[in-house]
Amino acid sequence: MRWIWIDRFVEFTTRQRAVALKNVSLAEEHLHDLYPAFPIMPHSLIVEGMAQTAGILVGEARNFAEKVILAKIGRATFHRLVRPGDTITYDAKIEQLNETGASIAGRVTVGDDLVAEIEMMFSHIDQNMGGQKFPEHNFVFTEQFTDLLKAYRLDKAIVL
Amino acid sequence: MPMSRDEIFKKVQEVLVDALGVDEEEVTPTAVVRDDLGAESIDFLDIMFRLEKAFGIKIPRGEMMPENLQNDPNLVKDGMVTPTGIAELKQRMPHSDFSTFEKDPKLDNMSKLFTVDAIVNYVQQKLAAA
Repeated sequence: MRWIWIDRFVEFTTRQRAVALKNVSLAEEHLHDLYPAFPIMPHSLIVEGMAQTAGILVGEARNFAEKVILAKIGRATFHRLVRPGDTITYDAKIEQLNETGASIAGRVTVGDDLVAEIEMMFSHIDQNMGGQKFPEHNFVFTEQFTDLLKAYRLDKAIVL
Repeated sequence: MPMSRDEIFKKVQEVLVDALGVDEEEVTPTAVVRDDLGAESIDFLDIMFRLEKAFGIKIPRGEMMPENLQNDPNLVKDGMVTPTGIAELKQRMPHSDFSTFEKDPKLDNMSKLFTVDAIVNYVQQKLAAA
């Protein structure tokens, strides 16, 4: 299985905002792990979906030159469960961005329903770990992430 | 009308409560952000972001807390901040109180310069200069 928790981007405004969708299917194993006979999308994976949406937004802001790490989840408030058949919309906005990292305000919805509000912070680790050295290559943004953005841009080019 | 020191303190208190999950009562003027409020390295980035947002200011990197001091042998020697280092720190951190630090200027004690009061002083200077 691939560690990818969003299906596609539907909006992407550099250094500002990204909106991604995730279709939740009963066929996904993790839905069955929390409560037998009551499949739900685990909250932790909803947070991960937001982290991937926002992480790609933050990475793209500096052309994927930085290794962007989820550093802190300031707040995650959940209002509704996500069930099989739902389509999750992750809406991530950059509140602040500088050379050391970024802060994000995120909203998660299903249709018109608010599912969660999530605030998170990302760190550019090469800039923040007191001179500690990390591998040269960007191990954060593998192809499976950058391909999502490529697919969005390609779709948009075709529509236009 | 400029914000009073008390108003700045209240806002700084809110920022630290939100960033560190501490109780309001713990955020006293003399509280040391790392030692008393339990801030870890990544929390400092969070605190900066929240201060920028709360007060509408920009905090350039290293302005509130100088970085990489230990790499300069003129400033730090054998784990102690040298007199030159202290002079340099005083210049770069006019918002901090050095009276206790000067008595035992170990590099490890540098975090004690970063108190709630130091943040309030910093913001106050920043707002006055704006």
